[in-house]
Amino acid sequence: MNNKVPNNRAWLLVLPMLVLVAFSAIIPLMTVVNYSVQDVLGPNARFFTGTEWFQSMLNDDALQAAFLRQISFSLIILAIQIPLGIGIALIMPKRGWQASAVLILITLPLLIPWNVVGSIWQIFTRGDIGLMGWGLRELGIEYNITRNAGDAWVTIILMDVWHWTPLVAMLCYSGLRSIPEAYYQAARIDRASKWAVFRYIQLPKLTNVLVIAVLLRFMHSFMIYAEPFVLTGGGPGSATTFLSQSLTTMAVGQQDLGPSAAFSLIYFLVILLVSWVFYTTIMNMQKDKPPHGGA
Amino acid sequence: MSYQLENTQRGEKYNTIFSKVSPAKRRNRTARAHWRSRLLLGLYLALMILPIYWLINMSLQTNSEILGSMTLWPQNLTFDNYIGIFTNSSWYMGYVNSMLYVAMNMLITICVALPAAYAFSRYTFIGDKHLFFWLLTNLMAPPAVFLLPYFQLYYSVGLFDTHIAVALAHCLFNIPLAIWILEGFMSSVPKEIDETAYIDGYSFPRFFVKIFIPMIRSGIGVTLFFLFMFSWVELLLARTLTATDAQPIGMIMTRTSTASGIDWGTLAAAGVLTIIPGILVVYFVRNHIAKGFALGRT
Repeated sequence: MNNKVPNNRAWLLVLPMLVLVAFSAIIPLMTVVNYSVQDVLGPNARFFTGTEWFQSMLNDDALQAAFLRQISFSLIILAIQIPLGIGIALIMPKRGWQASAVLILITLPLLIPWNVVGSIWQIFTRGDIGLMGWGLRELGIEYNITRNAGDAWVTIILMDVWHWTPLVAMLCYSGLRSIPEAYYQAARIDRASKWAVFRYIQLPKLTNVLVIAVLLRFMHSFMIYAEPFVLTGGGPGSATTFLSQSLTTMAVGQQDLGPSAAFSLIYFLVILLVSWVFYTTIMNMQKDKPPHGGA
Repeated sequence: MSYQLENTQRGEKYNTIFSKVSPAKRRNRTARAHWRSRLLLGLYLALMILPIYWLINMSLQTNSEILGSMTLWPQNLTFDNYIGIFTNSSWYMGYVNSMLYVAMNMLITICVALPAAYAFSRYTFIGDKHLFFWLLTNLMAPPAVFLLPYFQLYYSVGLFDTHIAVALAHCLFNIPLAIWILEGFMSSVPKEIDETAYIDGYSFPRFFVKIFIPMIRSGIGVTLFFLFMFSWVELLLARTLTATDAQPIGMIMTRTSTASGIDWGTLAAAGVLTIIPGILVVYFVRNHIAKGFALGRT
């Protein structure tokens, strides 16, 4: 793909898109920046505060706790979803009507509105009317997500695994399909073990899609809002209050413009920074390695 | 095909010579592994379907049956919950609203993303890499960050509580996504096709519409699938930018919880109805979807 033609008139093709994205990204973002350095008391009473809001946000105990919860949540779901997704992709049928049927079934959770995902799990886990809640109670297991923080955590992680593992599986599945049959035949001739096939043929081919999968999953899990909001409402107490929910409460519930704007910017920058560090590290690691066949 | 077959047979021969395991035993072993993997997959799918089954189950029961006793399937099958939704305009308009802004968003996004993706895949221009990176950062922006500014922005330009407001707001993450996917598909089309068309006297717009777009049909289909998916499932922005006239179904569903308790049957039925459009869309693109998830890059 190195045969691109230098042509600055290509800007004309990009322009309509740029206008639209600027309208929905740059203008709002500048508003946020504007609020983050001011104290707005009324339409005509605003004061420049500099970095004061940023400092108070970074030192806020509740937000630090929410941040730690958010990080642990993202790490836990990545640790579960990535291996599970690879595993499912490996056992998905490759052709025939079964392949289509499995594809449609697997993508199903991805297409359910996020608040409905919350509702589904809320219903499913209720002790009185939910299959899971009722089943656990019949088995004699103490389970109550509105009272027990541990139960709430397990349920939210289970819900997220249910909701998003299909994305990882689909990404890996499409990566696996791009491996030519000849590679497997060569492995058979060499009497390679299943593990060796996975380690030296399948995994290298999956690197690209796995990078995308980890990035997407990290980003989305870091912004999670609707599902835990519907399922637990952030409770019990604030045990499952994640960053987006803290932010919405602050911005819409309490109308604290300055602090919530500062918080927004820090939040956004953290996601950018982590994604960037992860991406450049992976890319540098790949550069050091000799390429595995044609990509 | 014959080449592959020959290779397999040769492999088999090698195996027979060097391996202690006979071919029959080996085939037996692969067959067993095959069934084991099918079993695991079936188990996963069953567990995955279970919460959805439970929702459907509840949507077909009356509230008294739901709250009365534990039943694994509806004892007295009733469609009242669905009938209630389809005969009440304040309910079914939620679906119409959601579909409207999703459709608008898909149309706007694909119209501006196609030329932009073409520019990124075919040309280098000043600032192209920075522009592309900046676009991707918009995918990482938490919608919660934009809540307040969006509300103020759309309110001040008089678009608050319209479908187009939500459609434009969803462009924030959908346009970058569409460009990202389309660029991959376009880059897999050889550049010689463009050059030949220009030599044949095609103007750029005519070439683009008549030749290029038909060539990446499946890519566009898959992109539309992703646009639908992310616009359909998003609620935070859609809820903030609407009040009554353009309210999405996800917001109307919260009405089921009232002072006298939650109307579980209607909630479940409304939930089931939000899943159906997704199934339809995924059915249409099922043959291209595997390639689509690789973002056109394999």
